[in-house]
Amino acid sequence: MLEHLPALQVAIALTVAPVVMMLGRAPRLSWALTTLACWATLAVALLLFVRVADGTVISYEMGGWEPPWGIEYSIDAANAWVLVIIGLISAIVMPFARKSVEQEIRTSRIALFYSAFLLANAGLIGITITSDAFNIFVFFEISALASYALIAMGNDRRAILSSYQYLIMGTVGTTFLLIGIGFLYIMTGTLNLGDLASRLPEVSDTRTIRAAFGFIAVGISLKLALFPLHLWLPNAYTYAPSMVTVFLSATATKVAIYVLLRFVYTVFGFEFSFVDLAMAWLLMPLAVLGILVPSLVAVFQTNVKRLLAYSSVAQVGYMILGISFASALGLMASILHLFNHAITKAALFMALGCLVYRLGGVSLSQLAGAGQRMPWTMGAFVVAGLSLIGVPLTAGFVTKWHLLLAALEAGFWPIAAFLLGTSLLAALYVWKVVEVAYFREPEQPDASIREAPLGLLLPTLLLTASTIVFGVFGSFTVAYARTAAAALIGGAP
Amino acid sequence: MSHYIVLRVVSKLMIPVILIFALYVQFHGEYSPGGGFQAGIVFTAAFVVYALLFGLDAAQRAVPPVVAHVLAAVGVLIFIAFGYAPLFLGGNFLEYKVLLPNDQAGETLGIIGIELGVGITVAAVALTLFYSFAGRDVR
Repeated sequence: MLEHLPALQVAIALTVAPVVMMLGRAPRLSWALTTLACWATLAVALLLFVRVADGTVISYEMGGWEPPWGIEYSIDAANAWVLVIIGLISAIVMPFARKSVEQEIRTSRIALFYSAFLLANAGLIGITITSDAFNIFVFFEISALASYALIAMGNDRRAILSSYQYLIMGTVGTTFLLIGIGFLYIMTGTLNLGDLASRLPEVSDTRTIRAAFGFIAVGISLKLALFPLHLWLPNAYTYAPSMVTVFLSATATKVAIYVLLRFVYTVFGFEFSFVDLAMAWLLMPLAVLGILVPSLVAVFQTNVKRLLAYSSVAQVGYMILGISFASALGLMASILHLFNHAITKAALFMALGCLVYRLGGVSLSQLAGAGQRMPWTMGAFVVAGLSLIGVPLTAGFVTKWHLLLAALEAGFWPIAAFLLGTSLLAALYVWKVVEVAYFREPEQPDASIREAPLGLLLPTLLLTASTIVFGVFGSFTVAYARTAAAALIGGAP
Repeated sequence: MSHYIVLRVVSKLMIPVILIFALYVQFHGEYSPGGGFQAGIVFTAAFVVYALLFGLDAAQRAVPPVVAHVLAAVGVLIFIAFGYAPLFLGGNFLEYKVLLPNDQAGETLGIIGIELGVGITVAAVALTLFYSFAGRDVR
């Protein structure tokens, strides 16, 4: 069965989703099945990860049709990395989800909720694993439609509006992507990414291909919330159910960044993207603004979930900044940040999920005194917050350090100084939360507020601990990110 | 609508024809224009006509919302089952030519199978959408 792992990676979640959908009367059972599916998917992802770690590429012919005619799934070091991120986050978020979802979602909808979650999960995995451009579009739509449903199930009525906002922006994004893919197909007659990469150089000096590049870059930028196309993100993350925010913040934008990397480096190639079209000079100002403006906005937020959502936009800026250095080191730093930011932000949003469970909301005024009442939760928030800032011995530091090295290597001294400066902004907004939670007395002390239940707390602490582990033993992730960067630059998937 | 005798009689004549045409579109899909998506929508159209003329309650007695809900999932499962089956016969995922000794017969069986799944799901989802817009919540 081992040779069918690539198909199973997507198929497990897709199979369990309709089964869970029929379990409307058994929310617990639907949770258990979803959890098993997520764990099995993680196991498959890890098996694939181990097999491609040395640089081999696994290719799988869907339906037995030979590529480039049929749909090919191919796994190299770069997308195995993203598959593991998705698998890991969904496997850790599921134990957390049981109580959080029982509190936030109407019982009659829980099974549908998990079904939509599995579809979103399968969609993201599909985008990552497939090597067919049109398939990427289809899976984008699968994950996006499921995400809209998940976000709309938030408790706040504004969840529906923000889901609608996301629907409009997301649809524009995927439509642009589809137009771009259509142009590529017109010019080359193929949809297979590897085949595209080998056929594009002949026709690359045409207006159609340059337009295709523009459409694809803008479309994916919308999905990955590159400033100033990020407007859908803060609302969507703020009003979605806690568990959905954890999952989407850690995976959805990361997958979109992976697709951008795949198109820019593998399909169009370094020469075309960075030399002919000088993409770096477009990305770098946007990345700098995208770090600065959302960080400043985050400082002034009073809802902590919204504050972290703006911080997510800023963190996307860091990943784009790494790409804009147009160097192997910069690319490596971006790939590294995909993972390090995923675990950091997921840990932070999980801590917020614990706070929501006990306090009912996470506006700053509600958090007063939480440091004493919920020491473990707030402890996790502080540690993950340090990783977000980039303090040494945390995962965030490992990426900031390599970004800094990449900036210096490329000779961008002002950018290096800017990186250090913006870490202070992150410190500012994390401190704002910490100050209220630890040093402000609650206006109406409520003795009934206790530490979050273990079901919520353990996954949070586990993920928080992992930000330390991957900070102290960063050499493993760094080495792997280097292999992944080499796989992206090296050529066809 | 009970006094619109003409509409009621004509629709009673038409509904079976619509249903049979849907099945024709479904199972002739691999030779001619058609397939699961189109067939599913045409199939549901018959129920929509019925609900418009005889009332939502009558339509929901014929196909209760919960049945539509389950069928939507069953259709997807049929599709996926045809995806998994070749794995046990030495093929890749969705490689239906291994289902039967004759490659071409296997392909035909596979495509009819997954299109059936698509048709059931599309019909059930379209009906569910109609039910939830037409009135009561699907539980």
